[in-house]
Amino acid sequence: MLYSDKVMDHFMNPRNVGEISDASGVGLVGNAKCGDIMKMFLKISDNGVVEDAKFKTFGCGAAVATSSMATEMVKGKSVGDVMSITNKTVMEALDGLPAVKVHCSCLAEEALHAALWDYSKKSNVAIDGLKEPVSDIGEHDLTMV
Amino acid sequence: MPIYFDHAATTATRPEVLEKMLPLLGDGYGNPSSVYALARTAKKALEQARDQVAAAINATPQEIFFTGSGTESDNWAVIATAEQLSARGKHIITSNVEHHAVLHTCKYLEKRGYEVTYIPINSDGLISAADVEKAIRPDTILISIMAANNEIGTLQPIDEIGAIAKSHKIAFHTDAVQAVGHVPIDVKAQNIDMLSLSGHKFYGPKGVGALFVRKGIAIKSFIHGGAQERGRRAGTENVAGIVGMAEALALAVSEMLEEAARQSAIRDRIIDEVLATVPKSRLNGSRDKRLPNNVNISFDYIEGESLLLLLDMKGIYASSGSACTSGSLDPSHVLLAIGLPHEKAHGSLRITLGRDNADSDVDTLMKELPSIVQRLRDMSPLTGQ
Ligand SMILES: Cc1ncc(COP(=O)(O)O)c(C=O)c1O
Repeated sequence: MLYSDKVMDHFMNPRNVGEISDASGVGLVGNAKCGDIMKMFLKISDNGVVEDAKFKTFGCGAAVATSSMATEMVKGKSVGDVMSITNKTVMEALDGLPAVKVHCSCLAEEALHAALWDYSKKSNVAIDGLKEPVSDIGEHDLTMV
Repeated sequence: MPIYFDHAATTATRPEVLEKMLPLLGDGYGNPSSVYALARTAKKALEQARDQVAAAINATPQEIFFTGSGTESDNWAVIATAEQLSARGKHIITSNVEHHAVLHTCKYLEKRGYEVTYIPINSDGLISAADVEKAIRPDTILISIMAANNEIGTLQPIDEIGAIAKSHKIAFHTDAVQAVGHVPIDVKAQNIDMLSLSGHKFYGPKGVGALFVRKGIAIKSFIHGGAQERGRRAGTENVAGIVGMAEALALAVSEMLEEAARQSAIRDRIIDEVLATVPKSRLNGSRDKRLPNNVNISFDYIEGESLLLLLDMKGIYASSGSACTSGSLDPSHVLLAIGLPHEKAHGSLRITLGRDNADSDVDTLMKELPSIVQRLRDMSPLTGQ
């Protein structure tokens, strides 16, 4: 498995690990079956700018690195601009991912969208182009047996 | 110096072995099938190697066929037996924790009209010989059960299974790739009809293996072509590789008792110390019926590839049963078979010891591992759930 230096940097020194207790939106995606779970926390100001972003991830090097990069990329952006962040832009920012790891970058995009969805529901803000997340998993799925 | 804890994946060719191999790649390059002196030297080296491999498992040299890998030996034994005996029946018994070299070969045969019973292992990673006997049907033609599991190191009751196969007059093949050179194997005493072994698991070279076929079993050729290996396995012999494998095996057998005792002690120390130090960790596979060199532990809440990358940063090389390290979306079939839920299977660490490991390696491991696990747990949304 060959990761770029950027991926290794974000894996070894992940930015924004943690939780936001008064988050405006929280997204939880992935599943334990395939081995990647991402939880994304966004703090969004009244005028719709992402003030803070944090994450917790269970997953491989690529999953951690894409979570870290995605949270870096959204900070300071307006909600509309966050919508333009895709798995492709996250991947490009990391100088690419090995082919078998591309699905990890999709998870980062889904986690962002899930967090925005949560925010839009809670704050009654419509976000252009945002669809209800499909791979959002319920808390009960996280129970370890 | 990095610490190599992945001897089940492969081993370094020993210098003594390399020394025997190099002349056969240089001045002694003859083709054993030719007639002149140069060729006769190669032929002699080949037959000496056959004697060495036979002696290591209590077989006769005529019962040893050299192949290109453990995988080829497994494919050959299973497919050739199935084809040969198809008039008698089309039922095969194996386990659900075989190496893919056997499992995928069985899947291939299923698509061609064979029926396969996969005996499940128990939560200790062990197969019950009684379950194997119960699965026998009038049309059963082959039992293929591995001697030692490559992931969790469990030693299967092949003595009992061999005796059962013999009493029912069914051919018994064992994939002993992880066992040969590490634990005693005696094909006669254990009633083994066919056995696969591979050079690179006991400090020989990669890309060379052997299949033992008991005298009296007429196995058909699998690789077609020239008359090498008495017409059973065509292709100019990998003379240097074969000689290297045989020398490595002879050395491994002569050092087996001592090395097994030494490695078991290191293994037990790792198991005891990790389980005592890292909360929410568990040993996978039976504690005592396991290879002297295998440790396999699951850590709740974390994923294996991340663990391996952080260990690598500290110069510790190991492996995991997580999907990310297997190249598929599913974690190890062996860990799922012993009943681990997916997330625990993803969080497994396999440490396989070898000749080059010492107690000081355990000191280093114990210095690094607990904080690495904690670091990943701090990052995991599963922690504390
Ligand atoms: C149990 C078992 N069987 C078969 C093989 C395949 O051997 P080879 O690498 O020589 O093809 C391996 C090696 O990974 C193994 O561990």
